Amino acid sequence: MSKMIISATINGDPVQFLADPGETLLDALRVELGLTGSKEGCGSGDCGACTVVMDGQMVCSCLVLAAEAEGRVVGTIEGVAEGSELHPVQRKFLEKAALQCGFCTPGFIVASKALLDHNPNPTESEVRYWLAGNLCRCTGYDKIVRAVLDAAAELRQERIPA
Amino acid sequence: MNAPQNQKSFRLIGTRPVRPDGIDKVTGKAIYGTDFVAAGMLFGATVRSPHPHARIKAIDTRKAEALPGVKAVVTGRDFPVLRPKQREGMEARFAMEDIAQNCMALEKVLYAGHAVAAVAATSQLIAEEAARLIEVEYEVLPHVIELAEAMADDAPVLHDNLFTKGLAETPGKPSNIVLRFEAGNGGVDEALADAAVVVTARYSTQPVHQGYIEPHACVASWNSDGQAQIWCSSQGQFDVRNLTASVLEIAATDIRVMPLEIGGGFGGKTTVYVEPVAMLLSRKAGRPVRLAMSRAEVFLASGPAPGSESEIRIGAAADGTLLGCELQIWNRAGAYPGGDVFSSVSSALMPYRMAAKRVIGWEVLSNMCSTHAYRAPGAPQSVFAVECAIDELAIKLGMDPLDLRLKNAFKQGDPGIMGAPAGDVGMIECLEAAKAHPHWSAPLGPNQARGVAAGGWGNYGGPSTAAVSVASDGSVQVTSGNPDIGGSRASLAIMAAETLEVAYEAVRVTVADTASIGPSMGTGGSRVTFATGKAVVDACEAVIATLKARAAAMWSVGTEDVEFRDGAVHCLAGEKQGEELSMATIAARSAHSGGPVSSEVSICPPGWMPGLGVHICDTEVDPETGNVTVVRYTAFQDTGTAIHPDYVEGQIQGGAVQGIGWALNEAYTYNASGQVDNPGFLDYRMPVCSDMPMIEAVMIQKPNPNHPYGVKGVGETPIVPPLGAVANAVSRAAGVRIRDLPLTPDRIYAAMQAGA
Repeated sequence: MSKMIISATINGDPVQFLADPGETLLDALRVELGLTGSKEGCGSGDCGACTVVMDGQMVCSCLVLAAEAEGRVVGTIEGVAEGSELHPVQRKFLEKAALQCGFCTPGFIVASKALLDHNPNPTESEVRYWLAGNLCRCTGYDKIVRAVLDAAAELRQERIPA
Repeated sequence: MNAPQNQKSFRLIGTRPVRPDGIDKVTGKAIYGTDFVAAGMLFGATVRSPHPHARIKAIDTRKAEALPGVKAVVTGRDFPVLRPKQREGMEARFAMEDIAQNCMALEKVLYAGHAVAAVAATSQLIAEEAARLIEVEYEVLPHVIELAEAMADDAPVLHDNLFTKGLAETPGKPSNIVLRFEAGNGGVDEALADAAVVVTARYSTQPVHQGYIEPHACVASWNSDGQAQIWCSSQGQFDVRNLTASVLEIAATDIRVMPLEIGGGFGGKTTVYVEPVAMLLSRKAGRPVRLAMSRAEVFLASGPAPGSESEIRIGAAADGTLLGCELQIWNRAGAYPGGDVFSSVSSALMPYRMAAKRVIGWEVLSNMCSTHAYRAPGAPQSVFAVECAIDELAIKLGMDPLDLRLKNAFKQGDPGIMGAPAGDVGMIECLEAAKAHPHWSAPLGPNQARGVAAGGWGNYGGPSTAAVSVASDGSVQVTSGNPDIGGSRASLAIMAAETLEVAYEAVRVTVADTASIGPSMGTGGSRVTFATGKAVVDACEAVIATLKARAAAMWSVGTEDVEFRDGAVHCLAGEKQGEELSMATIAARSAHSGGPVSSEVSICPPGWMPGLGVHICDTEVDPETGNVTVVRYTAFQDTGTAIHPDYVEGQIQGGAVQGIGWALNEAYTYNASGQVDNPGFLDYRMPVCSDMPMIEAVMIQKPNPNHPYGVKGVGETPIVPPLGAVANAVSRAAGVRIRDLPLTPDRIYAAMQAGA
């Protein structure tokens, strides 16, 4: 079957790419667009390493067809920092050593940012349940949860008017 | 000279700077196994056996080869016929023909998922379609999965040339029992004759997977002149090079292995699965080939940890003095030998002093994938039996389980099971810290109970190479041959900056390919911060010696008249007394003063030391469902000096949670056809964030006197105690002893019903 032309907005930029009708959004991001920050750990939606945000919704890009991105707005790990300015979640992951091998980290950061975008003051329990779809095998999650709670506190601080 | 320097005087050791590779890893720029692309690259796919045991009668590849876009097809016949020989692998000894045939079956398949052919094509979709077109004719053979059936007299035998080693008499016929290994001084029967209490019990664990999130992947490019390049994620680029060269019977230096970032390994990436196959495909196609495993392939065909069965007899006097222990453990190694028996035996009783010890290990093959190293390989299985039995003893004696352990804790100078003393392993300090911690005395809620367990790992040294050079602006380049799996760039940079007395940010660390630095054993065995760290410090010392010699020559004084301090050489005598030459100045004049300021050091340092741990776990057991919640968890460990405490704590926390998963949820399950029923993260249930509480990591830092900064190694010990700590907590909460892992709700509920 011939490839389809998909038009979408990815990390704020209009893009067009070709994709097989059966190709996942994850493969399109990684292979067609060279955005290899989203990882494939399982291909079945169980590990969350491929987490992206599509029209404001957190999704596993391995469970989305590339064709479904037509006309949609997609945010990946490559779009979380503003230029060279890290997002507070990224900075806190580094300061709190919330990563060891780093392979699950892009998915955790996209998911954590999505949490804080809609809940600026999560409890530990809310962080743990929000991130329950992201597997990390290195850290035991302790430092990840602390990094997210710290980033939330910092973001709330920033919102206080001067 | 090697005595640890006064810890209080450290400037950087023990601080928590951001890791040098951090930004790449939080922004998605870091390049892991499947992120690398070579020009003209083809995509591979693997054909795997659905049968756990079968003879390959014929493989017809014609339809696959005829498919447009297919550039190469290989089978086991494309591997060289290996002459029997042994080489040293990373954490155990493996025969090269086993490694080759595990990469691709030759005459027989030995497990469901065993590779039988592979293809390379211009796209992943075409490669997968071609793989489906390969027709394999099998003669299906009877299979064995469980230990009892594999050891039965009439069991189907996997390898008809395998005769059990370690028996008094060599057996007359082949079997699935690889070896028997015994250690200890014996005398257990006599010792236990006087015991006030004896516990005799049988325990079991199931095979579990390391569960690294990144599947195995590589790109190989093998030219017709024999030279090759491999880009892959692994725990050791030199191991990949040497193993691949050995199974393909080519010169090691004809392969250059470029280490990519590694997405977890835990011992599972210390061998080769895809690299030799990708090499053969590339050689045939004349183009680079990427070969990656899917998650299901990782479960089916990589190397999980062996399951085990243990029989233990352990006894104590009325005051709690342990009198003797006999432990027998059978490890289910899978398709090929290498099932961790030696370390199961040597680790089993590490935390305890005891007059009479006898530990016997058996390695048994069966038709499951070939097991491989998983964090403290072999130790969690045997220590699980010991720590549960000690908990049962404590209950029988009416003693506090920490007091019982304290009474018998291993002390410096005590002989280990292999006869030699293990040094100061920090056991008593860990137990005392646990007893003093608020967790131990905190109140428990309804249906909750507290479990405790100890355990450890011997750690390791091994060959390491590191290079240190000073750029003409005074900045420092450290090069190592060890993949950074959890922050080792940061710990190496800290040790280099501490030694050279420069800022942490002035040191940059790179992980070099096999052509760019001398060899190192892989990243594993809790050895990198110890051995490679020592190589870095030694190279820094050599650089300092060079800097002093150059400065002395420039000042026309002897080297005894110069001093290195604060990252510069100071003149102590002569006309220039009081002057200083910075590292930058000396390095910038290298063309006129004797050459670049650089040193490469290769060592195999002795003096590694174990560090033991004690874990406390509180669990709540739902009496209506048997479901377990881990309510609170605290891990104490003698870590030696913590170079970067965040990453030491991270090792403890991550190891603890892997151990909790091993205890509660994780297990390979097989159906009647001998196929894995749960080759995915949905059904192979690893702990997720909402399953876990915070894991408090308490570091007891008893420096290793044999390392310049006191490093012992920390990565493996934390997975050893959790199996016992969790099982002891669950058994106490459920009011009934459960001796088989995993502690699934149905098993606990049934035990509670039967016990009530």
